[in-house]
Amino acid sequence: MLDFETSSLREINSRLHNETAGSFAVVNPRGAHAVAAGINSDIDVEIDGSVGYYCAGMHQRGSVVVNGNAGTGLAENMMSGTVRITGNATMSAGATACGGLLVVEGNAGSRCGISMKGADIVVGGSVGHMSAFMAQTGNLVVLGDSDSDLGDSIYEARLFVRGNVASLGTDCVEKEMRQEHLDLLSELLGRASMSAEPSDFRRFGSARRLYNFHVDDIDAEVAGGAQ
Amino acid sequence: MSTPAEWSQRESHTFDRNVIAEIRRAANTGIYRIRGWGAKRDLPTLDDLVVLGASMSRYPLEGYRESCGTDVVIGEATSSRPVRLDIPITIAGMSFGSLSGPAKEALGRGANAAGTSTTTGDGGMTQEERGHSKTLVYQYLPSRYGMNPDDLRKADAIEVVVGQGAKPGGGGMLLGQKITERVAEMRSLPEGIDQRSACRHPDWTGPDDLEIKIIELREIVDWQVPIYVKVGAARPFYDTALAVKAGADAVVVDGMQGGTAATQDVFIEHVGIPTIAAIPEAVRALRELGVHREVKLIAAGGIRSGADVAKAIALGADAVSIGTAALIAIGDNDPMYEAEYQELGSSAGLWDDFQAGTDPAGITTQDPERMARLDPIVAGRRLANYLQVLTLETQTIARACGKSHVHNLEPEDLAALTVEAAAMAKVPLAGTAWIPGQ
Repeated sequence: MLDFETSSLREINSRLHNETAGSFAVVNPRGAHAVAAGINSDIDVEIDGSVGYYCAGMHQRGSVVVNGNAGTGLAENMMSGTVRITGNATMSAGATACGGLLVVEGNAGSRCGISMKGADIVVGGSVGHMSAFMAQTGNLVVLGDSDSDLGDSIYEARLFVRGNVASLGTDCVEKEMRQEHLDLLSELLGRASMSAEPSDFRRFGSARRLYNFHVDDIDAEVAGGAQ
Repeated sequence: MSTPAEWSQRESHTFDRNVIAEIRRAANTGIYRIRGWGAKRDLPTLDDLVVLGASMSRYPLEGYRESCGTDVVIGEATSSRPVRLDIPITIAGMSFGSLSGPAKEALGRGANAAGTSTTTGDGGMTQEERGHSKTLVYQYLPSRYGMNPDDLRKADAIEVVVGQGAKPGGGGMLLGQKITERVAEMRSLPEGIDQRSACRHPDWTGPDDLEIKIIELREIVDWQVPIYVKVGAARPFYDTALAVKAGADAVVVDGMQGGTAATQDVFIEHVGIPTIAAIPEAVRALRELGVHREVKLIAAGGIRSGADVAKAIALGADAVSIGTAALIAIGDNDPMYEAEYQELGSSAGLWDDFQAGTDPAGITTQDPERMARLDPIVAGRRLANYLQVLTLETQTIARACGKSHVHNLEPEDLAALTVEAAAMAKVPLAGTAWIPGQ
């Protein structure tokens, strides 16, 4: 057991970085920042209590479970493995996450999945505004609602929302839910241990209208017409 | 004296031929001008300062023999592996993607030979880059393209990029011609898109957040390497103070002459302040916080010569960073490709379309045929030679001022040639004791 009552953040993270296997309980985090950031081995970490910013930041292997809430940047830039939180996450959960599975059992605040680059993010509740802003690849599943500007300037990420979407961001459009998407959603919900019917969700993605600059050339047009 | 006819046909000062050409270009294309390089307009520069060499009241060091230190150490107070540079001149961040692989290799080779660092860019770290750079600074950018904790741990320092001199407040840009399969894969983007990077970090929104972000980065790398914070010069006093408050080991202040691989011309020419104005304000912040020469200041933006290096250090910088000059040293705008520059509608020395991917010199391109033209070994030697000249020139000036280490240069060793430079650099107008505003 790793106890913030008796150990510093540096001592606890250093221990987690140097372990190669096993399960570790972390207690009394009391909102500490960067708890379990940078884990790169197949260990299982369970944090009892709420954490501050960047918990499980850049997570690479193994699992982290937070029995509580998390501050900004939960599992930011995670590469693989699993991060699960039983409560709510504030801003930018799963920001730029490249791989792995992030599960937020409660709600996630604004910019959930911002610039995500390949991770799977499943939110049991709702997400805040500007979620999946500039999301590049990966999947964001929201069992609740989405606040405004979902998927603004999105690239190739796939967004699935069961509830209401307050508004879509620039270049984000609703897309047809085909069988392949229902299968994917079913698989994601199963991995996240979430119970929901895939057919109840709607899918959103990029209209791809912002991918390239539009460059006019009136001179060439006029010259061509004159020939 | 002009004739009445000539007078009636005189060119407008407001709408001169360049302005008219740009209006016509804009009307034809509907898109702003995008280009590389840095500000081209006439700006106050470090040339507007002169160095006051020793005379009766100062004692010079023997110019060719007495030692004059040039080393810089960054992050001793926080890091188990501080950065140790032999010279106070670093290579600025430039991405693989904007630059070719051979160009990145050449920068690494040249920097290694000179005993200094190179820096990644908006696109992550390549194996070639890591392999060829003894001291490699890993940029942590808003886009987080290619951001990988394995690479973070391989870095010798981490540079949190808030902005750059060519475009403070703007994000990166890499047009579709340069988004090849490899570049696209590194950035997790579709091939061929016009990539426009985020201008804000996705998971922090101000200096208080940045302080926590820096703690996270230090935790992930087990407090081994220093953290820099890079800002485009706009409000350097406040930006430097806030970077220090956030815990930076070094602050990189990039003036508006700083280059870019691609951005809007209007951004390059009109946003930010010149390097000569930025350094003293950053130093003022460091002094007020009592951390000058402790938290290191790296000045960038239009550094070309040892005179620039010496003046920047005399104003209070600990080191400088070069980008455009380094590219020129390895072969950018080489006159041997004049015919090709002409075909591109330009000329050697004028070409700035780094965004186009058509670089005849094989530097700012991803085209295999063009990049094969750059021999990274030869180009690396050229850069090493250039860095050596910059260092020797800096030492020459420092010795002339009687300094046994370049960091002993001080504002008192400088005078300004213009009222504007005196006001910005906060040194007296030459021949007077007058510093405007003081």
